[in-house]
Amino acid sequence: MPLPGPEGPVGRRSFLNWVLGTWAGGVLAAIGFPVIRYLTPPDVPESTTRFASGGQASTLLPNTFRIVPFGANPAIIVRQASGDLKAMSATCTHLSCTVQYRGDLGQIWCACHNGRYDLNGRNIAGPPPRPLESYDVSTRNDEIVISRRA
Amino acid sequence: MSALRDWIAERAPIAEIVEELEHKRVPQHRHDVFYYAGGVTLFFFVVQVVTGALLLMYYRPSAGEAYESVQFIMARVPFGWLIRSIHAWSANLMIGAAFVHLFSVLFLKSYRRPRELTWMSGVILLGLVLGFGFTGYLLPWNQLAFFATRVGTAIPSSTPVIGHGLMRLLRGGNDVTGGTLTRFFGVHVAILPGICTFLLAFHVLLVQRHGMSVPPAVAAASKASGRPVPSMPFLPDYMLRDLFGWTLAIGLVAALSAFLPWELGKKADLFAPAPAGIRPEWYFLWAFQTLKFVPARVLGLEGEFVASLAFGLGGAALFFLPLIDRNTETSRRIVTWLGAAALLYMIAMTALALRAGGGGPVP
Repeated sequence: MPLPGPEGPVGRRSFLNWVLGTWAGGVLAAIGFPVIRYLTPPDVPESTTRFASGGQASTLLPNTFRIVPFGANPAIIVRQASGDLKAMSATCTHLSCTVQYRGDLGQIWCACHNGRYDLNGRNIAGPPPRPLESYDVSTRNDEIVISRRA
Repeated sequence: MSALRDWIAERAPIAEIVEELEHKRVPQHRHDVFYYAGGVTLFFFVVQVVTGALLLMYYRPSAGEAYESVQFIMARVPFGWLIRSIHAWSANLMIGAAFVHLFSVLFLKSYRRPRELTWMSGVILLGLVLGFGFTGYLLPWNQLAFFATRVGTAIPSSTPVIGHGLMRLLRGGNDVTGGTLTRFFGVHVAILPGICTFLLAFHVLLVQRHGMSVPPAVAAASKASGRPVPSMPFLPDYMLRDLFGWTLAIGLVAALSAFLPWELGKKADLFAPAPAGIRPEWYFLWAFQTLKFVPARVLGLEGEFVASLAFGLGGAALFFLPLIDRNTETSRRIVTWLGAAALLYMIAMTALALRAGGGGPVP
Protein backbone atom coordinates (compact mmCIF):
# COMPACT_ATOMS: atom_id res chain seq x y z
CA MET A 1 0.00 0.00 0.00
CA PRO A 2 1.64 3.28 -1.07
CA LEU A 3 2.15 5.61 1.86
CA PRO A 4 1.24 9.25 1.39
CA GLY A 5 4.50 11.13 1.29
CA PRO A 6 6.63 13.64 -0.52
CA GLU A 7 7.27 11.14 -3.35
CA GLY A 8 3.81 11.69 -4.80
CA PRO A 9 1.30 9.03 -5.90
CA VAL A 10 3.87 6.47 -7.17
CA GLY A 11 5.72 5.98 -3.93
CA ARG A 12 9.32 5.02 -3.39
CA ARG A 13 8.49 1.39 -2.64
CA SER A 14 6.56 0.66 -5.81
CA PHE A 15 9.18 2.48 -7.87
CA LEU A 16 11.93 0.34 -6.37
CA ASN A 17 9.85 -2.80 -6.95
CA TRP A 18 9.45 -1.81 -10.56
CA VAL A 19 13.20 -1.24 -10.94
CA LEU A 20 14.02 -4.55 -9.25
CA GLY A 21 11.44 -6.41 -11.32
CA THR A 22 12.74 -4.96 -14.58
CA TRP A 23 16.30 -5.75 -13.53
CA ALA A 24 15.45 -9.38 -12.65
CA GLY A 25 13.39 -9.79 -15.83
CA GLY A 26 16.20 -8.34 -17.94
CA VAL A 27 18.82 -10.64 -16.42
CA LEU A 28 16.58 -13.72 -16.88
CA ALA A 29 15.80 -12.78 -20.49
CA ALA A 30 19.49 -12.14 -21.21
CA ILE A 31 20.30 -15.63 -19.92
CA GLY A 32 17.23 -17.42 -21.24
CA PHE A 33 17.26 -16.19 -24.82
CA PRO A 34 20.74 -17.45 -25.77
CA VAL A 35 20.11 -20.75 -23.94
CA ILE A 36 16.90 -21.43 -25.86
CA ARG A 37 18.54 -20.37 -29.14
CA TYR A 38 21.52 -22.62 -28.31
CA LEU A 39 19.24 -25.63 -27.74
CA THR A 40 17.55 -25.16 -31.12
CA PRO A 41 19.82 -26.95 -33.60
CA PRO A 42 21.14 -24.87 -36.51
CA ASP A 43 19.53 -25.51 -39.87
CA VAL A 44 21.85 -27.63 -41.95
CA PRO A 45 20.49 -27.42 -45.50
CA GLU A 46 19.90 -30.87 -46.95
CA SER A 47 21.52 -31.45 -50.28
CA THR A 48 18.76 -31.91 -52.79
CA THR A 49 19.67 -35.36 -54.03
CA ARG A 50 18.20 -36.06 -57.44
CA PHE A 51 19.73 -39.45 -58.26
CA ALA A 52 20.92 -42.43 -56.26
CA SER A 53 22.24 -45.83 -57.10
CA GLY A 54 19.96 -48.72 -56.22
CA GLY A 55 22.62 -51.41 -56.46
CA GLN A 56 22.75 -54.40 -58.82
CA ALA A 57 19.49 -55.13 -60.64
CA SER A 58 20.17 -58.84 -61.16
CA THR A 59 20.55 -59.57 -57.43
CA LEU A 60 17.15 -58.09 -56.55
CA LEU A 61 14.91 -61.12 -56.94
CA PRO A 62 11.18 -60.98 -57.75
CA ASN A 63 8.92 -60.26 -54.77
CA THR A 64 11.80 -58.88 -52.65
CA PHE A 65 12.96 -55.42 -51.69
CA ARG A 66 16.09 -53.44 -50.90
CA ILE A 67 16.61 -50.27 -48.90
CA VAL A 68 19.22 -47.84 -50.19
CA PRO A 69 20.37 -44.38 -49.11
CA PHE A 70 18.79 -41.57 -51.09
CA GLY A 71 20.81 -38.63 -49.87
CA ALA A 72 20.45 -38.75 -46.08
CA ASN A 73 17.15 -40.66 -46.20
CA PRO A 74 16.27 -44.27 -46.97
CA ALA A 75 14.50 -45.28 -50.19
CA ILE A 76 12.88 -48.65 -50.88
CA ILE A 77 13.15 -50.51 -54.17
CA VAL A 78 10.75 -53.39 -54.78
CA ARG A 79 10.89 -55.93 -57.56
CA GLN A 80 7.35 -57.08 -58.21
CA ALA A 81 6.51 -60.67 -59.06
CA SER A 82 6.09 -59.51 -62.68
CA GLY A 83 9.68 -58.27 -62.66
CA ASP A 84 8.85 -54.55 -62.66
CA LEU A 85 10.78 -52.27 -60.32
CA LYS A 86 9.14 -49.71 -58.06
CA ALA A 87 10.93 -47.16 -55.87
CA MET A 88 9.74 -44.72 -53.26
CA SER A 89 10.74 -43.01 -50.05
CA ALA A 90 11.08 -45.55 -47.22
CA THR A 91 10.20 -43.11 -44.46
CA CYS A 92 6.67 -43.78 -43.22
CA THR A 93 4.57 -40.62 -43.33
CA HIS A 94 3.00 -41.52 -39.97
CA LEU A 95 5.84 -41.32 -37.44
CA SER A 96 8.89 -41.74 -39.69
CA CYS A 97 9.79 -45.41 -39.16
CA THR A 98 11.47 -47.16 -42.11
CA VAL A 99 8.99 -49.28 -44.09
CA GLN A 100 9.52 -52.68 -45.74
CA TYR A 101 7.92 -54.70 -48.54
CA ARG A 102 5.82 -57.70 -47.56
CA GLY A 103 5.71 -60.26 -50.34
CA ASP A 104 2.81 -62.10 -48.69
CA LEU A 105 0.66 -58.95 -48.82
CA GLY A 106 2.12 -57.45 -51.99
CA GLN A 107 2.19 -54.18 -50.06
CA ILE A 108 4.59 -51.78 -48.38
CA TRP A 109 4.25 -52.29 -44.62
CA CYS A 110 5.42 -50.32 -41.62
CA ALA A 111 6.19 -52.47 -38.58
CA CYS A 112 5.77 -49.65 -36.09
CA HIS A 113 2.03 -49.02 -36.29
CA ASN A 114 0.87 -51.43 -38.98
CA GLY A 115 0.56 -48.79 -41.71
CA ARG A 116 0.23 -50.02 -45.32
CA TYR A 117 0.85 -48.55 -48.76
CA ASP A 118 0.36 -49.94 -52.24
CA LEU A 119 3.26 -50.16 -54.69
CA ASN A 120 2.54 -46.66 -55.99
CA GLY A 121 3.12 -45.35 -52.47
CA ARG A 122 -0.55 -44.65 -51.76
CA ASN A 123 -1.49 -44.99 -48.08
CA ILE A 124 -4.22 -47.64 -48.10
CA ALA A 125 -4.56 -48.82 -44.46
CA GLY A 126 -3.57 -47.93 -40.94
CA PRO A 127 -2.55 -44.56 -39.56
CA PRO A 128 -0.33 -43.04 -42.33
CA PRO A 129 -1.79 -39.65 -43.29
CA ARG A 130 0.00 -39.14 -46.66
CA PRO A 131 1.39 -41.26 -49.51
CA LEU A 132 5.10 -42.08 -49.80
CA GLU A 133 6.99 -40.04 -52.38
CA SER A 134 7.45 -42.20 -55.49
CA TYR A 135 10.71 -42.19 -57.43
CA ASP A 136 11.45 -43.04 -61.05
CA VAL A 137 13.42 -46.23 -61.59
CA SER A 138 15.64 -47.08 -64.51
CA THR A 139 18.32 -49.68 -65.14
CA ARG A 140 21.70 -48.98 -66.75
CA ASN A 141 24.04 -51.92 -67.33
CA ASP A 142 22.56 -53.90 -64.43
CA GLU A 143 22.66 -50.90 -62.08
CA ILE A 144 19.38 -49.60 -60.70
CA VAL A 145 19.15 -45.81 -60.73
CA ILE A 146 16.38 -44.07 -58.82
CA SER A 147 15.57 -40.43 -59.35
CA ARG A 148 13.26 -37.86 -57.86
CA ARG A 149 10.41 -36.84 -60.12
CA ALA A 150 10.65 -33.33 -61.49
CA MET B 1 35.90 -39.95 19.52
CA SER B 2 33.44 -38.16 21.75
CA ALA B 3 35.45 -34.97 21.31
CA LEU B 4 34.98 -35.28 17.54
CA ARG B 5 31.26 -35.92 18.02
CA ASP B 6 30.94 -32.83 20.19
CA TRP B 7 32.93 -30.78 17.68
CA ILE B 8 30.55 -31.81 14.90
CA ALA B 9 27.41 -31.43 17.04
CA GLU B 10 28.34 -27.85 17.83
CA ARG B 11 28.56 -27.02 14.13
CA ALA B 12 25.96 -29.24 12.40
CA PRO B 13 22.43 -29.78 13.77
CA ILE B 14 22.53 -33.58 13.33
CA ALA B 15 21.32 -34.36 16.86
CA GLU B 16 18.28 -32.13 16.41
CA ILE B 17 17.35 -33.88 13.15
CA VAL B 18 17.71 -37.31 14.79
CA GLU B 19 15.62 -36.17 17.73
CA GLU B 20 12.89 -34.91 15.42
CA LEU B 21 12.86 -38.24 13.56
CA GLU B 22 12.57 -40.07 16.90
CA HIS B 23 9.49 -38.03 17.74
CA LYS B 24 7.95 -38.55 14.31
CA ARG B 25 5.33 -41.32 14.26
CA VAL B 26 4.01 -43.39 11.37
CA PRO B 27 0.32 -44.46 11.52
CA GLN B 28 -0.52 -48.16 11.40
CA HIS B 29 -3.64 -49.43 9.67
CA ARG B 30 -4.70 -52.00 7.07
CA HIS B 31 -3.41 -49.92 4.12
CA ASP B 32 -0.08 -48.93 5.66
CA VAL B 33 1.93 -51.32 3.43
CA PHE B 34 1.56 -48.71 0.65
CA TYR B 35 3.64 -46.25 2.67
CA TYR B 36 6.69 -48.23 1.53
CA ALA B 37 6.11 -47.59 -2.19
CA GLY B 38 7.69 -44.12 -2.14
CA GLY B 39 10.73 -45.29 -0.19
CA VAL B 40 11.28 -48.20 -2.57
CA THR B 41 11.09 -45.81 -5.55
CA LEU B 42 13.71 -43.62 -3.86
CA PHE B 43 15.89 -46.66 -3.25
CA PHE B 44 15.81 -47.65 -6.94
CA PHE B 45 16.68 -44.04 -7.81
CA VAL B 46 19.80 -44.29 -5.65
CA VAL B 47 20.69 -47.57 -7.38
CA GLN B 48 20.31 -45.75 -10.72
CA VAL B 49 22.63 -42.93 -9.64
CA VAL B 50 25.33 -45.35 -8.48
CA THR B 51 25.17 -47.78 -11.43
CA GLY B 52 24.74 -44.87 -13.88
CA ALA B 53 27.93 -43.26 -12.59
CA LEU B 54 29.73 -46.60 -13.01
CA LEU B 55 28.50 -47.02 -16.60
CA LEU B 56 29.82 -43.54 -17.42
CA MET B 57 33.36 -44.83 -16.91
CA TYR B 58 33.18 -46.86 -20.13
CA TYR B 59 30.19 -45.59 -22.13
CA ARG B 60 30.89 -43.41 -25.20
CA PRO B 61 28.02 -41.20 -26.40
CA SER B 62 28.45 -41.21 -30.19
CA ALA B 63 26.73 -43.09 -33.00
CA GLY B 64 30.00 -44.73 -34.02
CA GLU B 65 30.98 -45.93 -30.56
CA ALA B 66 27.91 -46.18 -28.30
CA TYR B 67 26.84 -49.70 -29.27
CA GLU B 68 30.41 -51.00 -29.23
CA SER B 69 31.11 -49.43 -25.83
CA VAL B 70 28.03 -51.10 -24.31
CA GLN B 71 29.14 -54.35 -25.92
CA PHE B 72 32.54 -53.82 -24.32
CA ILE B 73 30.91 -53.21 -20.92
CA MET B 74 28.84 -56.39 -21.28
CA ALA B 75 31.59 -58.66 -22.60
CA ARG B 76 34.96 -57.41 -21.35
CA VAL B 77 34.63 -55.23 -18.27
CA PRO B 78 34.61 -57.34 -15.07
CA PHE B 79 31.03 -57.35 -13.74
CA GLY B 80 30.10 -54.97 -16.56
CA TRP B 81 27.18 -57.20 -17.56
CA LEU B 82 25.94 -57.03 -13.96
CA ILE B 83 26.20 -53.26 -13.63
CA ARG B 84 24.40 -52.67 -16.92
CA SER B 85 21.71 -55.25 -16.17
CA ILE B 86 21.13 -53.74 -12.74
CA HIS B 87 20.85 -50.27 -14.29
CA ALA B 88 18.28 -51.52 -16.81
CA TRP B 89 16.28 -53.68 -14.38
CA SER B 90 16.33 -51.13 -11.60
CA ALA B 91 15.11 -48.46 -14.06
CA ASN B 92 12.09 -50.57 -14.88
CA LEU B 93 11.43 -51.46 -11.26
CA MET B 94 11.76 -47.78 -10.29
CA ILE B 95 9.08 -46.82 -12.82
CA GLY B 96 6.90 -49.70 -11.62
CA ALA B 97 7.35 -48.61 -8.00
CA ALA B 98 6.62 -44.99 -8.95
CA PHE B 99 3.33 -46.04 -10.54
CA VAL B 100 2.38 -48.11 -7.47
CA HIS B 101 3.25 -45.08 -5.33
CA LEU B 102 1.15 -42.77 -7.53
CA PHE B 103 -1.94 -44.95 -7.56
CA SER B 104 -1.75 -45.82 -3.85
CA VAL B 105 -1.49 -42.12 -2.94
CA LEU B 106 -4.39 -41.44 -5.29
CA PHE B 107 -6.65 -44.19 -3.90
CA LEU B 108 -5.77 -43.38 -0.26
CA LYS B 109 -6.41 -39.66 -0.99
CA SER B 110 -3.09 -38.68 0.59
CA TYR B 111 -2.87 -35.66 -1.75
CA ARG B 112 -5.42 -33.70 0.33
CA ARG B 113 -4.56 -30.47 2.13
CA PRO B 114 -1.84 -29.73 3.26
CA ARG B 115 -0.05 -32.18 0.91
CA GLU B 116 -0.97 -30.57 -2.44
CA LEU B 117 2.61 -29.54 -3.24
CA THR B 118 3.94 -32.98 -2.27
CA TRP B 119 1.56 -34.49 -4.84
CA MET B 120 2.38 -31.92 -7.52
CA SER B 121 6.13 -32.32 -7.11
CA GLY B 122 5.55 -36.08 -7.24
CA VAL B 123 3.68 -35.83 -10.56
CA ILE B 124 6.57 -33.79 -12.02
CA LEU B 125 9.03 -36.37 -10.67
CA LEU B 126 7.07 -39.13 -12.42
CA GLY B 127 7.35 -37.16 -15.66
CA LEU B 128 11.10 -36.78 -15.12
CA VAL B 129 11.44 -40.51 -14.43
CA LEU B 130 9.64 -41.28 -17.70
CA GLY B 131 12.04 -38.81 -19.37
CA PHE B 132 14.95 -40.76 -17.90
CA GLY B 133 13.45 -43.93 -19.36
CA PHE B 134 12.88 -42.41 -22.80
CA THR B 135 16.36 -40.85 -23.10
CA GLY B 136 18.16 -43.82 -21.55
CA TYR B 137 16.49 -46.30 -23.91
CA LEU B 138 18.31 -44.76 -26.91
CA LEU B 139 21.80 -44.72 -25.37
CA PRO B 140 22.85 -48.31 -26.34
CA TRP B 141 22.08 -47.25 -29.96
CA ASN B 142 20.35 -50.47 -30.94
CA GLN B 143 17.71 -51.05 -33.60
CA LEU B 144 14.65 -51.14 -31.32
CA ALA B 145 15.69 -47.99 -29.45
CA PHE B 146 16.48 -46.19 -32.70
CA PHE B 147 12.98 -46.66 -34.10
CA ALA B 148 11.26 -46.14 -30.75
CA THR B 149 13.04 -42.78 -30.55
CA ARG B 150 12.14 -41.92 -34.12
CA VAL B 151 8.47 -42.54 -33.34
CA GLY B 152 8.58 -40.84 -29.93
CA THR B 153 10.22 -37.69 -31.25
CA ALA B 154 7.93 -37.58 -34.31
CA ILE B 155 4.78 -37.45 -32.18
CA PRO B 156 5.19 -33.76 -31.16
CA SER B 157 5.65 -32.83 -34.84
CA SER B 158 1.88 -33.22 -35.30
CA THR B 159 1.33 -30.14 -33.11
CA PRO B 160 0.13 -27.23 -35.25
CA VAL B 161 2.59 -24.33 -35.84
CA ILE B 162 5.36 -25.26 -33.36
CA GLY B 163 5.40 -29.02 -34.11
CA HIS B 164 8.36 -29.09 -36.47
CA GLY B 165 10.45 -26.86 -34.19
CA LEU B 166 9.64 -29.07 -31.19
CA MET B 167 10.72 -32.17 -33.06
CA ARG B 168 13.99 -30.53 -34.10
CA LEU B 169 14.59 -29.42 -30.52
CA LEU B 170 14.14 -33.01 -29.30
CA ARG B 171 16.21 -34.61 -32.06
CA GLY B 172 18.88 -31.95 -32.32
CA GLY B 173 18.25 -31.89 -36.08
CA ASN B 174 15.73 -33.07 -38.64
CA ASP B 175 16.38 -36.75 -38.07
CA VAL B 176 17.41 -39.16 -35.33
CA THR B 177 21.19 -39.23 -35.75
CA GLY B 178 24.35 -39.27 -33.67
CA GLY B 179 23.41 -35.71 -32.75
CA THR B 180 20.24 -37.00 -31.09
CA LEU B 181 22.27 -39.58 -29.17
CA THR B 182 24.61 -36.89 -27.80
CA ARG B 183 21.64 -34.70 -26.88
CA PHE B 184 19.78 -37.54 -25.14
CA PHE B 185 22.98 -38.43 -23.29
CA GLY B 186 23.32 -34.88 -21.97
CA VAL B 187 19.68 -34.81 -20.90
CA HIS B 188 19.97 -38.26 -19.29
CA VAL B 189 23.13 -37.71 -17.27
CA ALA B 190 23.13 -33.97 -16.54
CA ILE B 191 19.88 -32.06 -17.04
CA LEU B 192 17.38 -34.60 -15.67
CA PRO B 193 19.53 -35.64 -12.66
CA GLY B 194 20.02 -31.97 -11.73
CA ILE B 195 16.32 -31.10 -11.79
CA CYS B 196 15.39 -34.46 -10.27
CA THR B 197 17.72 -34.15 -7.28
CA PHE B 198 16.37 -30.69 -6.44
CA LEU B 199 12.71 -31.76 -6.75
CA LEU B 200 13.32 -35.00 -4.89
CA ALA B 201 14.83 -33.10 -1.95
CA PHE B 202 11.78 -30.82 -1.93
CA HIS B 203 9.38 -33.80 -2.14
CA VAL B 204 11.07 -35.77 0.67
CA LEU B 205 11.36 -32.65 2.84
CA LEU B 206 7.59 -32.10 2.51
CA VAL B 207 6.90 -35.76 3.32
CA GLN B 208 9.00 -35.41 6.50
CA ARG B 209 7.33 -32.11 7.36
CA HIS B 210 3.74 -33.33 6.99
CA GLY B 211 4.21 -36.93 8.07
CA MET B 212 2.20 -39.81 6.64
CA SER B 213 -1.39 -39.12 5.67
CA VAL B 214 -4.12 -41.14 7.38
CA PRO B 215 -6.74 -42.29 4.82
CA PRO B 216 -10.19 -40.65 5.31
CA ALA B 217 -11.92 -43.99 6.07
CA VAL B 218 -9.35 -44.88 8.77
CA ALA B 219 -9.57 -41.40 10.30
CA ALA B 220 -13.40 -41.56 10.32
CA ALA B 221 -13.40 -45.02 11.95
CA SER B 222 -11.00 -43.82 14.63
CA LYS B 223 -13.15 -40.77 15.31
CA ALA B 224 -16.32 -42.89 15.55
CA SER B 225 -14.74 -45.38 17.96
CA GLY B 226 -12.95 -42.70 19.96
CA ARG B 227 -9.69 -44.66 19.73
CA PRO B 228 -6.65 -42.93 18.15
CA VAL B 229 -5.04 -44.49 15.07
CA PRO B 230 -2.16 -46.71 16.31
CA SER B 231 1.32 -45.59 15.27
CA MET B 232 5.02 -46.46 15.58
CA PRO B 233 8.13 -44.25 15.86
CA PHE B 234 9.81 -43.40 12.55
CA LEU B 235 13.21 -43.97 14.15
CA PRO B 236 14.10 -46.76 14.63
CA ASP B 237 10.95 -48.89 14.10
CA TYR B 238 9.79 -47.64 10.71
CA MET B 239 13.30 -46.98 9.37
CA LEU B 240 14.28 -50.60 10.08
CA ARG B 241 11.23 -51.84 8.20
CA ASP B 242 12.15 -49.53 5.30
CA LEU B 243 15.70 -50.93 5.30
CA PHE B 244 14.32 -54.47 5.27
CA GLY B 245 12.17 -53.56 2.24
CA TRP B 246 15.22 -52.11 0.49
CA THR B 247 17.15 -55.31 1.17
CA LEU B 248 14.37 -57.26 -0.53
CA ALA B 249 14.47 -54.77 -3.43
CA ILE B 250 18.22 -55.16 -3.95
CA GLY B 251 17.81 -58.94 -3.80
CA LEU B 252 15.13 -58.76 -6.49
CA VAL B 253 17.27 -56.55 -8.75
CA ALA B 254 20.30 -58.76 -8.30
CA ALA B 255 18.33 -61.95 -9.03
CA LEU B 256 16.70 -60.49 -12.16
CA SER B 257 20.04 -59.14 -13.42
CA ALA B 258 21.85 -62.42 -12.81
CA PHE B 259 19.23 -64.73 -14.28
CA LEU B 260 17.76 -62.49 -16.97
CA PRO B 261 20.62 -60.20 -18.09
CA TRP B 262 19.42 -57.25 -20.18
CA GLU B 263 19.88 -57.84 -23.90
CA LEU B 264 21.66 -55.46 -26.23
CA GLY B 265 20.04 -56.37 -29.55
CA LYS B 266 21.31 -55.37 -32.99
CA LYS B 267 23.14 -52.15 -33.69
CA ALA B 268 20.99 -49.36 -35.12
CA ASP B 269 21.12 -49.23 -38.92
CA LEU B 270 19.74 -46.07 -40.47
CA PHE B 271 19.08 -47.94 -43.71
CA ALA B 272 17.30 -51.01 -42.40
CA PRO B 273 13.52 -51.36 -42.20
CA ALA B 274 11.90 -51.12 -38.79
CA PRO B 275 11.93 -54.69 -37.44
CA ALA B 276 8.62 -56.50 -36.90
CA GLY B 277 7.63 -56.62 -33.24
CA ILE B 278 9.02 -53.16 -32.55
CA ARG B 279 7.61 -51.48 -29.49
CA PRO B 280 8.60 -49.04 -26.79
CA GLU B 281 9.33 -49.91 -23.15
CA TRP B 282 6.38 -51.44 -21.32
CA TYR B 283 5.45 -48.23 -19.51
CA PHE B 284 4.79 -46.45 -22.82
CA LEU B 285 2.89 -49.40 -24.34
CA TRP B 286 -0.56 -48.12 -23.37
CA ALA B 287 0.13 -44.82 -25.17
CA PHE B 288 1.69 -46.68 -28.13
CA GLN B 289 -1.40 -48.90 -28.44
CA THR B 290 -3.69 -45.86 -28.24
CA LEU B 291 -1.79 -44.30 -31.17
CA LYS B 292 -2.47 -47.41 -33.24
CA PHE B 293 -6.23 -46.98 -32.75
CA VAL B 294 -6.32 -43.26 -33.50
CA PRO B 295 -7.28 -42.57 -37.15
CA ALA B 296 -5.01 -40.38 -39.32
CA ARG B 297 -7.31 -37.35 -38.95
CA VAL B 298 -9.73 -36.47 -36.16
CA LEU B 299 -11.98 -33.38 -36.56
CA GLY B 300 -9.61 -31.94 -39.17
CA LEU B 301 -6.54 -32.31 -36.93
CA GLU B 302 -3.76 -34.87 -37.11
CA GLY B 303 -4.60 -37.98 -35.10
CA GLU B 304 -1.32 -37.92 -33.17
CA PHE B 305 -1.94 -34.35 -32.10
CA VAL B 306 -5.42 -35.19 -30.80
CA ALA B 307 -3.98 -38.15 -28.88
CA SER B 308 -1.10 -36.08 -27.47
CA LEU B 309 -3.57 -33.37 -26.50
CA ALA B 310 -5.66 -35.96 -24.65
CA PHE B 311 -2.52 -37.31 -22.88
CA GLY B 312 -1.52 -33.75 -22.00
CA LEU B 313 -4.95 -32.92 -20.59
CA GLY B 314 -4.85 -36.16 -18.57
CA GLY B 315 -1.43 -35.20 -17.20
CA ALA B 316 -2.66 -31.71 -16.30
CA ALA B 317 -5.73 -33.15 -14.54
CA LEU B 318 -3.41 -35.47 -12.60
CA PHE B 319 -1.13 -32.57 -11.63
CA PHE B 320 -3.99 -30.34 -10.46
CA LEU B 321 -5.94 -33.19 -8.82
CA PRO B 322 -5.56 -31.84 -5.24
CA LEU B 323 -7.03 -28.51 -6.36
CA ILE B 324 -9.82 -30.09 -8.43
CA ASP B 325 -10.96 -32.53 -5.71
CA ARG B 326 -13.15 -30.53 -3.31
CA ASN B 327 -12.58 -33.26 -0.69
CA THR B 328 -16.18 -34.24 -0.08
CA GLU B 329 -17.42 -37.82 0.24
CA THR B 330 -18.79 -37.66 -3.35
CA SER B 331 -15.73 -36.06 -4.93
CA ARG B 332 -13.45 -38.61 -3.27
CA ARG B 333 -15.60 -41.42 -4.65
CA ILE B 334 -15.41 -39.87 -8.15
CA VAL B 335 -11.60 -39.72 -7.89
CA THR B 336 -11.50 -43.39 -6.89
CA TRP B 337 -13.65 -44.41 -9.86
CA LEU B 338 -11.75 -42.23 -12.35
CA GLY B 339 -8.43 -43.53 -11.02
CA ALA B 340 -9.64 -47.11 -11.33
CA ALA B 341 -10.88 -46.43 -14.88
CA ALA B 342 -7.52 -44.90 -15.89
CA LEU B 343 -5.63 -47.82 -14.36
CA LEU B 344 -7.88 -50.36 -16.11
CA TYR B 345 -7.48 -48.52 -19.43
CA MET B 346 -3.68 -48.57 -19.11
CA ILE B 347 -3.65 -52.27 -18.17
CA ALA B 348 -6.05 -53.22 -20.99
CA MET B 349 -4.10 -51.26 -23.62
CA THR B 350 -0.79 -52.72 -22.41
CA ALA B 351 -2.26 -56.24 -22.59
CA LEU B 352 -3.51 -55.58 -26.15
CA ALA B 353 -0.08 -54.29 -27.20
CA LEU B 354 1.64 -57.33 -25.69
CA ARG B 355 -0.82 -59.70 -27.34
CA ALA B 356 -0.32 -58.08 -30.74
CA GLY B 357 3.42 -58.65 -30.28
CA GLY B 358 4.32 -54.99 -30.71
CA GLY B 359 3.63 -53.71 -34.21
CA GLY B 360 3.02 -57.10 -35.76
CA PRO B 361 0.40 -57.55 -38.47
CA VAL B 362 -3.17 -57.46 -37.25
CA PRO B 363 -5.21 -60.00 -39.21
